Amino acid sequence: MTMQKGIVYRYGRDVNTDVIIPARYMSMQDPKELAQHCMEDLDPDFIKKVKPGDIMIAEENFGCGSSREHAPISIKAAGISCIISTFFARIFYRNAVNIGLPVFELPEAVKNFQMGDEIEYDLSKGFFKNCRTGEKFQAEPFTPEIQEIFDAGGLIELVKQETGQ
Amino acid sequence: MNLTEQFLARGAGKAKVSAGDIVTVAPDVMMGNDVTSSLAIKILQDAGLEKFADKQKMFIVMSHYVPNKDIKTSEMTLLIRNFVKKHNLPYFFEAGKGGIEHALLPDQGYVVTGDIVIGADSHSCTYGGIHTFATGIGSTDLAAAWVRGKIWLRVPETIKATFNGIPKHPYTSAKDLVLYLIKEIGDDGATYQAIEYHGEAIENLTAEGKLTIANMAIEAGGKNAIFPWDKSIEEYEKTRAQRPVRPVETDPNATFAREYTWNVENLEPQVSYPHLPSKAKPISEVMEEKIQIDQVFIGSCTNAKMEDLRVAAKILKGKKLAPNVRGVAIPASQKIYREAIKEGIVDIFLEAGFAVTGGTCGPCLGGHYGIIGPGEKMLSTSNRNFVGRTGHPKGETYLCNPAVAAASAVVGHIVDPREVMGS
Repeated sequence: MTMQKGIVYRYGRDVNTDVIIPARYMSMQDPKELAQHCMEDLDPDFIKKVKPGDIMIAEENFGCGSSREHAPISIKAAGISCIISTFFARIFYRNAVNIGLPVFELPEAVKNFQMGDEIEYDLSKGFFKNCRTGEKFQAEPFTPEIQEIFDAGGLIELVKQETGQ
Repeated sequence: MNLTEQFLARGAGKAKVSAGDIVTVAPDVMMGNDVTSSLAIKILQDAGLEKFADKQKMFIVMSHYVPNKDIKTSEMTLLIRNFVKKHNLPYFFEAGKGGIEHALLPDQGYVVTGDIVIGADSHSCTYGGIHTFATGIGSTDLAAAWVRGKIWLRVPETIKATFNGIPKHPYTSAKDLVLYLIKEIGDDGATYQAIEYHGEAIENLTAEGKLTIANMAIEAGGKNAIFPWDKSIEEYEKTRAQRPVRPVETDPNATFAREYTWNVENLEPQVSYPHLPSKAKPISEVMEEKIQIDQVFIGSCTNAKMEDLRVAAKILKGKKLAPNVRGVAIPASQKIYREAIKEGIVDIFLEAGFAVTGGTCGPCLGGHYGIIGPGEKMLSTSNRNFVGRTGHPKGETYLCNPAVAAASAVVGHIVDPREVMGS
């Protein structure tokens, strides 16, 4: 995979699933429809500005709260190519991996980036560069269980391969 | 091994596991609610997956938006009903025949002591209150687990939380112990970790109280909460468990990542301020602020079991809601609702001026039946008070126990129940 560029949407700590996608939209299942309301209680401008290939960066405990998978689905469908956080809430982390949305725990990168920074990155290598500061960041490799899911293109693809259904 | 390690070792068929190990287990119960199941079903249908490992372990409980609140949710629940019909699933709980999954499944003996439970709902950690390993997952994990009959889990580190002493305050309850714990360790204080509870104050709780504490492990980021097998759980399971109980013994050589010990003799009822459960303060401090409330909600998987309703009814008996306060009460399941009717509890709520229904999550997650408006304040026995959680993003929710909710409903601002009942 070659290097890509995008814009950073940066948020604080405890960004919970109720603000990522409020419960009032929980009866929707279509990713594109969900994306229209992504982050609207926290940053109503996000969905108006975000472009495919942009990256979301947030402080501690990203995705805390509900188990709703609608949260990572709406972020992915909004065009975000990956999320970087100091650390993620557990269920959100699993959900993102399962739908093939890469998530990286990189506390140093979180400190270095500001809202609107340009970022250069290679997802397959877990490599990120802040174009404003010039600083570079390298994520740890995923565990084999998680890498297997990404390689298959998500957990359901993996299950399909396994079961032959 | 600590309790969580013992459960996961047994589930994985291993003699020993340690924190950080990845294990594969076959859960006894794999549950989804209406919101998460509908997504799981869509995922399965899109992928053409329609063979399941064991239908006896698949549970779907309609709880969040039922009875259907609008056309959109009617479509969502129709997807589920058609799926249940097509696959002839035995454990489907329709609106009116079930309730909130976390109250329903242990109370009616579907989740049993010794089980491993995965649930597509973050409060699936509740079942740890009756000595199970139980954790929340998302819809894709649920869909995959229904097909495979198993799931991989990382063995979490465990926090040991010991509560010594018996609270002297007559209205300090299980809810207050857990709100206090979350305040102390933080809303991310147990991320990726298990919380194992010990101590005199814990032993003194009923199984329902333990379920309330376990319910809120997720509010500290926890993977699961777990309690030692004891008389209260044994008693609870005697009339409920539909399968044999399989407790494990507490290992004196168990190791923990962190240990906290608190003496709770002087612990007062706690109130968590907007917009995090960790923002808890003791009621004596809260009272000084005379916080006016627009709505009181007694409900949710946290605090709408019989024990909770009885405490609230005792305070509300013969009293009326303050003129500025709206009351919403939702017993957590249809069974509990009926019991509450038989005991005269529902009548006490109705006499006081509450709107009452049964077996749905209601305003806890901003679904329906009591959504709050801009600038309004709600005092709630539920578990989570994030921005927009219970309705309008400019509304505010305070969390408390059922006694504080009932007393405050009568007075009109947040009070110590002793203000209404005396010492």
